[in-house]
Amino acid sequence: MSTIILNGLAFSLPLLAMALSGIFSERSGVTNLAVEGFQGFGAFCGAFIALVLQQSMKGSDVPYYVALIISFVGGALFALIHALMCIRFKANQVISGVVINIFAMALTAYFTKYLNLAVFGASSDKFVLNIAPKVFGLYTFEYIIVAVVAVAWFVMYKTTFGMYLRACGDNPQAVDAAGVNVAKIRYIAVSLGGGFAGLGGICYAYSISSNFSSNIYSGYGYLAIAALIFGNWNVMPTLFACFLFGFARSAGYQIVQIAELPSSYQDLIMILPYVLTLIMLIFFSKKTHAPRALGVSYDKGSR
Amino acid sequence: MNKKKKSIFISIIGDEKRQSFTIPVLAILIGLIVGGIIIAITGSNPFKAYYNILQGCGLAKKPSYGGKKGMITDFMEFVNYVTPMILAALSFAVSMKAGLFNIGISGQMMAAGFISTILVGYSELNAFVARPLVVLIGFIVGALVGGLVGYLKYQFNINEVVSTIMINYIFRYIITFFINTYYVDPVSRQSVLINPSARLSLLKVRVGDYKMTIPLGFIVAILAVVIIYILMEKTKTGFEIKAVGLSRNAAKYSGINVGKNIILAMVISGGLAGLAGVTYHLGYVGSIQPNTLISTGFDSIAVSLLGNNNPFGIILSSFFISGLDAGSTYMTSSSGVEFEIAKVISGVILVFSACSSYIKLIVNRKRDEIVAANTVKEERS
Repeated sequence: MSTIILNGLAFSLPLLAMALSGIFSERSGVTNLAVEGFQGFGAFCGAFIALVLQQSMKGSDVPYYVALIISFVGGALFALIHALMCIRFKANQVISGVVINIFAMALTAYFTKYLNLAVFGASSDKFVLNIAPKVFGLYTFEYIIVAVVAVAWFVMYKTTFGMYLRACGDNPQAVDAAGVNVAKIRYIAVSLGGGFAGLGGICYAYSISSNFSSNIYSGYGYLAIAALIFGNWNVMPTLFACFLFGFARSAGYQIVQIAELPSSYQDLIMILPYVLTLIMLIFFSKKTHAPRALGVSYDKGSR
Repeated sequence: MNKKKKSIFISIIGDEKRQSFTIPVLAILIGLIVGGIIIAITGSNPFKAYYNILQGCGLAKKPSYGGKKGMITDFMEFVNYVTPMILAALSFAVSMKAGLFNIGISGQMMAAGFISTILVGYSELNAFVARPLVVLIGFIVGALVGGLVGYLKYQFNINEVVSTIMINYIFRYIITFFINTYYVDPVSRQSVLINPSARLSLLKVRVGDYKMTIPLGFIVAILAVVIIYILMEKTKTGFEIKAVGLSRNAAKYSGINVGKNIILAMVISGGLAGLAGVTYHLGYVGSIQPNTLISTGFDSIAVSLLGNNNPFGIILSSFFISGLDAGSTYMTSSSGVEFEIAKVISGVILVFSACSSYIKLIVNRKRDEIVAANTVKEERS
C-alpha cells in the first residue's frame, strides 16, 4: 500500500508541475501544447549543469538542487520562444506549440551528444545523474514542488497579477482598457509556465531513470495537458486530476505485480487517464470552461 | 543605405502570389545558415556536411558504393522514406483547410498500420490481393478515427486538438499492449515483420546492375496529392470545406451544412493519415515499434505549413525536410557531424515558417508604404 502512495506521489507531483505550466499559459490566453518541449529543454539544462558540478562535488547534494533551479530557468527562457512566436509574431499557437516540441527534441538530442563528447569526452546520448536525496521516503523535490504549487496558487488567485493573468485569458480587451499591458502579462505567464515545466522535467529525469536522454519525451507533457483539461484549467481540481492519474498508475502497476501478470499489462493501465478525460469531456462538455480568449492573439483593434 | 537594402529585400519577397514561394525559401535559407554556423562552431565544414546530405539522399555521387548499389538505389531508398511524410502532411493540410488541427496523425497512422498488419500483413494472401487490401484497410481505419474526432467536435463541441491528443495516447498504449502480448519479435522488440507479399515497398528488386527498393506507396502518395488537389480546388465539396474553414458562421448562413463538412474533412484527413500509416509501417519499416508515436505525425504538421498547405507545395517541402533526415546518417559517417543536426536545421526552418504570416504582414505593409510614397512623388512631378 505504501509503495502505491510513494510511487503515486513521485509521479503525480512532477506531473502537477507540468500541468501548472499549461494552466499559467492557457489562463493567460496562450495555447500551450509545448509543455513536452519545455520540460525536456529545462531538464536538459539542469542535467547538464548537474553533471558539470558532479565532477567536482562527489557525493554532495548541491548539484541536485542547482539542477532544479537551472531547469526552472532553462524552461522559462526556452518558453520565451513560444511566447515570442505567439504574441509578437502572431503565429498560430497550436502550430507554434508543435514546432517548439520538435525544436526542443532536436536541440537537446544534438547537444546532449555534442556536450558529452566535447566536455566530458564520452560518446553517449545521455547525462547520467546522481540519485536524488530522499526525506521520510519522499524525494526532496516533492516537497519543493508542493511549495512551488502553493506559491503559484497564491499568485494566481490572490494577487493582482494573478487577476490580470486570468483576465487576459477571458477578456484581454478589458485588461487593456484598465491600462495593463496584455502582451507583458502573457510573456510572464508563458515564461513562468516554462519554468514549472522545466522543474517537472528534471524531477522525472531524476526519479524515473536517473539520467537525461531523449527518453524524457515520452508524452508526460501531453498527459499534463490531459490533467489540466480534466481539472478545468483550475489549480486545485488539476491537483486532484494529477493524483488520480498518478495513483491509478502506481496502483495498476502494483496489481500487475501482485497478480503476476506479464508487464505488458501495465500499458493498459496507462490508457486510463486519457479515457477518463475523453469521457469527462463527452459528458460534461457544457460545464468545461476553457478560457474564452484562448488561442487568439490579442489585437487591439478588434472588438 | 539601410533603407535601400530593405526595399531590395521587400522587392525580392514580392507580392502575395510570390510570397507563398519566397517566404518558405527564406525560412529554409535561414535554417541552413543557422545549421551551418552550428556545424562550423563545432569544428566541421558545413559545405562538406551539406554535400554529404545530398550524397546520402542519392542526389549527388558518393566516392564509392557497395556491391549492386549506386546513386539510384540511394535515391529510391530516399523516396521510400519520403512517402509517408507526403501523405501525413497532406492529411494535416486537409484538416487545416477546414479550420481544424489534426494533431492525431501519429495515432491514426499507428492504428491503421496495426490493423492492416494483423489483418493482411500476417496472412498468406496473394500479393495482388494483399497490397490493395492493405491500402484500403489503412484508409478505412484512419477515416473512421478521423470521423470519430469530427463527430466529437460536431456533437459535443470537443476541441479536436484535445480529442486527438487523447486518442493518440489511447492507441499508443492499447497497440503497445497487443504487440507486446501477441505479436512481439523477441529479438528486435518490435512487432513481427510482415509477409513480403503484403509489403508496399518491394525490397532488393534487380533492375539492371542494381538491387533497389521500389516504393509502391509513392504511387499512392502522388495519386492522393492529385486527387486532393482536384477535390479541394475544383469541386463543390472542396469549396464547402474551405468555406467552413474560413468562417464557420458565414458558411452556416450561406446554407452550408457545417457539421457534415467538419466530419467529412476529418474523415478525409484521417484516411490520408491512415495511408501514411500503412506506407510507413507496411512499407518503409515493415513492423511497428511498441510504445512510440512516430515523429512523422508531428513533423508533418510543420511540413504542411512549409508547403503552404498546398498539395504540390507539400511534395517539395516533404522532400526537403525528409531529405535532411535521410541524408544525415551518411553525413555522420562521412564528416563526423552528429546526425541530430538535421533535426535542428529543420527545427529552425519550422520555427521561421510558423512566423510566416507575420513576415507577410510586415512585407505587405512596407510594400503599401513604398507604393504610397511613389504615387506622392508622381503627383508632385
